[in-house]
Amino acid sequence: MADLNPLTWWRRFLALPNDSRVKTLGVALLVALVSAAAVSVTAVLLKPQQLANLERQRQARMEAMIAALPGMADILRQAGASAIETRLVDLDTGSFETAIVPAGYDQRAAASDPALSMALPREVDIAGIGRRANLAPVYILRRREKIALIVLPVHGSGYQSTIYAYLALRADLNTVAALTIYEQGETPGLGAQVEDSAWQALWPGKAIADESGAIRIAVVRDEASGPYEVDGVTGATRTMTGVTNMLRFWLGDHGFGPFLARLRAGEISL
Amino acid sequence: MTPEATRLTQPIVAENPVTLQILGICSALAVTTSLATALTMSVALTVVLSLASTSISLIRHHIPPSIRLIVQITIIASLVIVADQLLRAYAFEISQRLSIFVGLIVTNCLVLGRAEGFAMHNRVWPSFLDGLGNGLGYSLILIIVGTVRELFGTGTVLGVVILPTVENGGWYQPLNLMLLAPSAFFIIGFLIWIIRSWRPEQVEEPQYRIRVETAGGRS
Repeated sequence: MADLNPLTWWRRFLALPNDSRVKTLGVALLVALVSAAAVSVTAVLLKPQQLANLERQRQARMEAMIAALPGMADILRQAGASAIETRLVDLDTGSFETAIVPAGYDQRAAASDPALSMALPREVDIAGIGRRANLAPVYILRRREKIALIVLPVHGSGYQSTIYAYLALRADLNTVAALTIYEQGETPGLGAQVEDSAWQALWPGKAIADESGAIRIAVVRDEASGPYEVDGVTGATRTMTGVTNMLRFWLGDHGFGPFLARLRAGEISL
Repeated sequence: MTPEATRLTQPIVAENPVTLQILGICSALAVTTSLATALTMSVALTVVLSLASTSISLIRHHIPPSIRLIVQITIIASLVIVADQLLRAYAFEISQRLSIFVGLIVTNCLVLGRAEGFAMHNRVWPSFLDGLGNGLGYSLILIIVGTVRELFGTGTVLGVVILPTVENGGWYQPLNLMLLAPSAFFIIGFLIWIIRSWRPEQVEEPQYRIRVETAGGRS
């Protein structure tokens, strides 16, 4: 009669000669299982802590970005850090959403919730993000009841990761005040240079759209010329295309386009 | 000294993995611009190396020879990922500065070298001590190189100002070379020279000798 005691099976497995096929496959499987379990358990257990670290870094980057802009540091000093106001924008209608408290809103979680987001058809999803949350936070810095700076959070696919950035616009809503990339996993030394301050320093002063309202801003391969072009990093073409598409998507009709249009037209009050 | 204790102390100077076996040089160049990163890297590598040697020694009788390197690398790689995740959770700033070099412990010849060269043929306790000893030997070199580079490159040690630099109103003109990779080569070279003058038995036989032609020989 066959012995069904698992311990006997285990002993018999261990007693097999090391070069037998069963043992080779068995050992490979067991080592892979144990290793995979160890890696996944650590990754899942430590995720909240790691996300909290990233969140702190994101906050610090935004404050540093705003403080580094000419003229903005003064406003901040006069009014204190609380002068940065967070509002939620309904991207489809382009108006402020006031029913939800901005502090508790998680755009990334909302983007994967079918009730709070929309799937983007392939032809409009130039940023390669798949789904877009219906609400997005914007950060506003005011001087004498007028917008001095507005910061839009944007994200899109680069070469091998999702790039997260803040785009800060001046009061005319067409001049870039700064672009700060705060999270990316592009190739170190190539695409990852988008996180370098030297490259980000190319952005201030660039214009987003021309007089007709068409979005023109782009990262270019050759030497940048004109107010809409930014020099790309050599050897990181797909990352650069990713940045261009990310900005075009978020400034376009399915991103902050309607909101910016209404704000420009004075249709919504702060 | 008992043989066990020797296993722990031998690799620190007498059989140091960096200066005698010239292993793990890549990371020794990359992470030693400051002492803080060198220390973090040392701790990460020592922990990974000890645990990898222990676990590989534990299952050494059951590792089929045909897939032994793959099994070893799988174990090492998993330990490295765990170490990297821990750093990202609890030492975020440092892990940002170390960037990919913690992940690259997988490719550090030192770890696989000890697994293949020692842990595969020895019992668990000596393997653990061997891993720990080699980790400490590597750490010693990294700490020396890190201290020298940070002190002469920026005038600080662990961020504490020792030599006030000209930039901050002091007198010390920092050596920028110290912040570049070649300086680590120089420092490791000097260390090897010092250790081998002190322990001449470490000096290798030259592989080639210049033949001295006698008079009348072919020119």
